[in-house]
Amino acid sequence: MPKDGGIGASVVRREDTRFLKGKGRYTDDMNRPGQTYAYILRSSLAHATLNNVDTAAASAAPGVIRVFTGEDITAAGLGGVPCGWQITDKHGDPMKEPLHPILAVGKVRHVGDPIAVVVAETYEQARDAAELIDVDMTDLPAVVNMRTAETSGHQVHEEAPDNVCYDWELGDKEGTDAAFANAHHITTLEFINNRLVANPMEPRCALGDYDENDEHYTLYTTSQNPHVIRLLMGAFVLNIPEHKLRVYAPDVGGGFGSKIYHYAEEAFVTWASKQIRRPVKWTADRSEAFISDAHGRDHVTKAELAMDAEGKFLGLRADTYANMGAYLSTFAPCVPTWLHATLLAGQYTTPMVHARVRAMFTNTVPVDAYRGAGRPEATYLLERIINKAAQEIGLDQAEIRRRNFIRTFPYDTPVALQYDTGDYDATLNAVMETADYAGFEARRAEAASRGKLRGIGLSCYIEACGIAPSALVGALGARAGLYEAATIRVNPTGSVSVMTGAHSHGQGHETTFAQVVSDALGIPADQIEIIHGDTDKIPFGMGTYGSRSLAVGGSAIVKAVDKVVAKGKKIAAHLLEAAESDIIFEDGQYKVAGTDKAKAFAEISLAAYVPHNYPIDEIEPGLEETAFYDPKNFTYPAGSYLCEVEVDPETGKVEIVAMTASDDFGNIVNPMIVEGQVHGGLAQGIGQALLENCAYDEHGQLVSGSFMDYAMPLAVDLPNFVVETVEGTPCTHNPLGVKGCGEAGAIGSPPALINAVVDAIKGYGIDHIDMPATSLNVWTTIQNASAKQAAE
Amino acid sequence: MAKITMTVNGKEHSGEAEGRTLLVDFIRGELGLTGTHVGCDTSQCGACVVHVNGESVKSCSVFAQACDGAQIATIEGVQNNDGTLNVLQAAFQEHHGLQCGFCTPGMVMSASELLKVNAAPSEAEIREWLKGNICRCTGYHNIVKAVQSAAATMAGAAQAAE
Ligand code: FES
Ligand code: FES
Repeated sequence: MPKDGGIGASVVRREDTRFLKGKGRYTDDMNRPGQTYAYILRSSLAHATLNNVDTAAASAAPGVIRVFTGEDITAAGLGGVPCGWQITDKHGDPMKEPLHPILAVGKVRHVGDPIAVVVAETYEQARDAAELIDVDMTDLPAVVNMRTAETSGHQVHEEAPDNVCYDWELGDKEGTDAAFANAHHITTLEFINNRLVANPMEPRCALGDYDENDEHYTLYTTSQNPHVIRLLMGAFVLNIPEHKLRVYAPDVGGGFGSKIYHYAEEAFVTWASKQIRRPVKWTADRSEAFISDAHGRDHVTKAELAMDAEGKFLGLRADTYANMGAYLSTFAPCVPTWLHATLLAGQYTTPMVHARVRAMFTNTVPVDAYRGAGRPEATYLLERIINKAAQEIGLDQAEIRRRNFIRTFPYDTPVALQYDTGDYDATLNAVMETADYAGFEARRAEAASRGKLRGIGLSCYIEACGIAPSALVGALGARAGLYEAATIRVNPTGSVSVMTGAHSHGQGHETTFAQVVSDALGIPADQIEIIHGDTDKIPFGMGTYGSRSLAVGGSAIVKAVDKVVAKGKKIAAHLLEAAESDIIFEDGQYKVAGTDKAKAFAEISLAAYVPHNYPIDEIEPGLEETAFYDPKNFTYPAGSYLCEVEVDPETGKVEIVAMTASDDFGNIVNPMIVEGQVHGGLAQGIGQALLENCAYDEHGQLVSGSFMDYAMPLAVDLPNFVVETVEGTPCTHNPLGVKGCGEAGAIGSPPALINAVVDAIKGYGIDHIDMPATSLNVWTTIQNASAKQAAE
Repeated sequence: MAKITMTVNGKEHSGEAEGRTLLVDFIRGELGLTGTHVGCDTSQCGACVVHVNGESVKSCSVFAQACDGAQIATIEGVQNNDGTLNVLQAAFQEHHGLQCGFCTPGMVMSASELLKVNAAPSEAEIREWLKGNICRCTGYHNIVKAVQSAAATMAGAAQAAE
């Protein structure tokens, strides 16, 4: 039984109160005295030479303070937007890493590339004046299709003549080829993983404020990782030392990856506020977000699966093109490589895996991590090709997986990971039971009697979370460590302030982290405050993404708590006149083992701050401890998802009848929040599989540039979800035994849904349909297949 | 620029607005009530929903000047007089109907009007009503639950009062 408010309890979220009252503090809610407004003029062309930018008329417009162009940025000697991860290609050479300027110089490379910024007294004045900027551009042919980018004859960057950022591979190529040579059956699947836009509901916003009295900068920004922004922007772009730069990311209205990266606008407002000696605020509108937020996914892959006569997997090959867009966003290069190819063993014992990834530059918005980041692409690849294989060799989709599950741990995959623990049969059995897999054929028949095609689709995912051991990621090209930090400040009367480097933008850390600390210290959660998002208050932090907050950030908190308790024991031993080794700490009491002598947690904290009777020769006064936690391995959440759909063959409309998720997240701190995270992930996964598509035309114009053209899942588009977590296999290497749950839904659901759709329409001889399975797409696929069947 | 006056959450407010100033920008900028949010520029997300003369309206889709003299209710005025969450707000908290909280003010303002016109909405009716409010975090499942639960609580309270 979980303790009240401790680990395992579905505590309602404390942060909700301010959000529900309209008292959230989002970046755009912040205003500084004397604040000015920036409006960014962006390229309307995908690829063009920038001949001249005439700002004279704009500069003279009402309310305008300054107009900045790329030349001003160059003259000031600012760096480009840095990339945080360097991939080494298959020849041992570093990836191509062209300059990503703050404002375009000489050339624009995607629709939305910033050309000039007007800073004015009001937002309206800035926007009006931007219309007076005269931009002389010469249109160039755009590189849009990454499959033909190599041979298009046009270049996004001179440094990359064939538009290849890197050509990379992982796994034993010869061994894999040999496995294929011995195969009884080979299944091949070519598919796209559609490009998406994260679209957190809060558009990005940045407010720079330079204080000339102490030469100090503050950046208020919509970020998932303020310390990372401080590091990247301070050290690489603006050359501001850390102690002169505060990055504050208050309440952030969703991120899903898109707010991890350091963006040009952050650097611009911070720098510009010094130039004009006034605060500068920029807030994206949604149309601007579509052409300036990093996009997600966008892979084209050919996969092959080799099997023996029993359906045992012998080898897997994957050849992927990954779109980087026009510039390298912060983590972009690692997404299709170390976050994707390393997951291609999935839950299976496939002994040989080889992956090749070509990352391509195109004249489109940069692409980076979006909820799941590489792992949804890997899962989709595997779980789709397995279903196609099952269909080809006539095996049940659950049975083929069962024949290949990994069952002994730790397990070394052929693609560089070591799974510490897992129980894939448990989640598969659970989901089949809950979703009544056995009764499906009866439901299919019943639906058929109504003229509907019913299908069921399974997907068994694994992901690598809790990113990541610093030495490992360093060896793989990361230009940072991926530990997390926490400070526990025990105040004199026993309340506790927790400073965490993780950042909450919807995850509910203020509640869950307080549960962890409450549990560990035996004090009520209302005595605990969680502070995050401010580089001035928090020792350090790598932020929140990749389902790492609890596994890494929570572990840092536990470590710091342990240090507090260790010091408290010394104080207690002194006060209780006992040996330190005889002091035990439980339920908020320091006790002398085997006696009824005890001191409460608050008595010890008071003694630490009023050290009248205190082991002062041995320890310092005060009770505050900081810990950094560097994970020993990734964590490996896994699960099985079943989706059941009905397709109307007349219209191609797909209705989701049921979506059932069974996950193993290890230990769980707050079941209510975990369920909510899965819901949100499912919605985004279903969005990808059924509705969302970020489309460019052949000229590089973004066709789906607003909520009118980009189909965000609405309440009417989604079903109620059935979400369950199994008893689970706790993570073996972090103190909480937690694995992370933020991305699972978005990883497991797209292949489950597409597998269900294919199962529904397989009668037409269909064995694949690309995402999104819109009515038009399904209807067209059925029509084409029927025509083909008729012709045969 | 014109001076306009409106009653917001029961209090009279005046301010300056250009002809093109949207109601949402007036509420956020001129009145400093930042609980009403802007999530799009095509009137689709519903983060900006307020009540104008008792009806829910996307405040990005009307000009401030057109609301001169109007009665406006925003999220800041929803809570009980003693500062506690009202039934609908409390249901959102209880059922985890929000994550990042950005869509939440618009959701609450929309849903509260639904409960005024339909005291016992079905799941399908709630989903249909809320299709003008986009939430990227929750998948709507718990929002629907929250609205249903608030409806039940209100019905219970009404029955008890009879
Ligand atoms: S801001 Fe009004 S509907 Fe999006
Ligand atoms: S709670 Fe984040 S958009 Fe709804």
